Amino acid sequence: MSELNQAMAARYRNDFLREVEANVEEGHWVRMCMQCGVCAGSCPLGPYWEHPPQEIFMMIRANKREEVLASSSMWMCTSCYNCIVRCPRGLPITHIMHGLAHYAARLGLAPKTQPTRRFAEMFWDNLMKKGRVNELKLGLGLYFMNGFAEGVKTALAKRPIGQAMLRAGRMSPMELVRPHKVKDIQGLKAMIAKARELEEARTTGGSAG
Amino acid sequence: MAEKRRYSFYPGCSSQKSASSSNYLVSTQAVCESLDIELNEIPDWNCCAASIGYAKGGELPRLALSARNIALSEQAHPDQDIVATCAACWLATRETQERVQADPELRREMEVVLEAGGLKAEFRKPVRHMVEVLVEDVGYEAIREKVTRPLEGIKIAGYVGCQTNRPFGIAGESFENPVYLDKMVEAVGAEPVEHYEKKVQCCGGALMFSEPEKCQAMVKDIIEAAYDGGAEMIVTPCPVCQMNVEIYQDEINKRYGTRFRMPVVYYTTLMAVAFGRSAKEAGLDGQVIRAEKLEQIAGK
Repeated sequence: MSELNQAMAARYRNDFLREVEANVEEGHWVRMCMQCGVCAGSCPLGPYWEHPPQEIFMMIRANKREEVLASSSMWMCTSCYNCIVRCPRGLPITHIMHGLAHYAARLGLAPKTQPTRRFAEMFWDNLMKKGRVNELKLGLGLYFMNGFAEGVKTALAKRPIGQAMLRAGRMSPMELVRPHKVKDIQGLKAMIAKARELEEARTTGGSAG
Repeated sequence: MAEKRRYSFYPGCSSQKSASSSNYLVSTQAVCESLDIELNEIPDWNCCAASIGYAKGGELPRLALSARNIALSEQAHPDQDIVATCAACWLATRETQERVQADPELRREMEVVLEAGGLKAEFRKPVRHMVEVLVEDVGYEAIREKVTRPLEGIKIAGYVGCQTNRPFGIAGESFENPVYLDKMVEAVGAEPVEHYEKKVQCCGGALMFSEPEKCQAMVKDIIEAAYDGGAEMIVTPCPVCQMNVEIYQDEINKRYGTRFRMPVVYYTTLMAVAFGRSAKEAGLDGQVIRAEKLEQIAGK
């Protein structure tokens, strides 16, 4: 169990709702859910959620901390915003799901092998290197995320798509040697470091309750 | 001749040279040239983290990415609206702008963050999608007037998808049945599919990479509904929709025993061809599934 997780579990003992409200992006909205289920019915990946959004909200209120944070549910969000525009109470559900996913990852509770979690992390690392996403490296990294042998297999299976993109001029091996990049990458990194520092101060700064 | 319109342009990662929607950029440039629109690229812009960077990038770091672009735009093009062609770029930038405007505490934090990069911002500029520029600033009538080669006899399914439609959407349009793409299709002389059932269905977005089976099932429905409506091609405003719906058709055919071969183009591709630009200027060489009918018209 990570140190941050232990500290947070101790601080908010038996009040997971308060923990979510204080630490999760847009988490203060969770209290507003009236359990109508429109979000679940509107979600394109609805059938695949371990717990659809309104169930997650109820579980938060029922103190099911581990079950929520270790769930693969939040990682099913495709960010299509259907739930947001349809929610009769205007909950920013997409943002709450992203926030819960991020918080679970920070605490070390998010399922490690969940493929969308891994892709999301790869995406962020990829963009932080040069300030712009390198689609080619991201794609190759994705093929090889389950090891070299699996990667070769996937790369071979996906070869027709890669070749088609190359032919259409929508992919270039040059990205490996001379990638697109932000010139002031140092400035960008300084900003992100500062943003991270401020955000962590938000989470850990409050006094133990 | 109307006065030249000028915008501070945020192309985004997928529109860069050789990137997956570089053909979107090519056709956008052609259309803007024809309509006397000047796009001034935001100098040294960075990625917006799309909607998938959240696992590692928390709220502030993600918003900081867009704040930097906004600051650079204010610096370089102080009196020009920010315009993005990519749905995710537009959404992330506009969301940052609105959140900072609405939350004084967040604004204070963002000022500190920008300062760390030697920047500052007022966060007052409108952040707009290229579709808004075409619909609101240019107008359907002016688009129609530019058409020299009407796309007669082509039936096209207007696939709007998610993020150009939600959560912000285009002013005056419904989330459930937006019609601006259909009007654009009409304006260039083609015929829109009426009641296109999967018009606002999600294509899976970035989850196409991590959950391919689930997402390909959705894309199958999107393409099938277009065929059902009699469409010969699909048109979309979003780079991810375009890619997801176009390039996996062979895999979907294998998985489901279908025989899809449906070209998926951008609204700017349609306009560029209709405005008399060459196939290359319309980005038609960027199609994985060739839009042969458009090529024929462009070749005339």
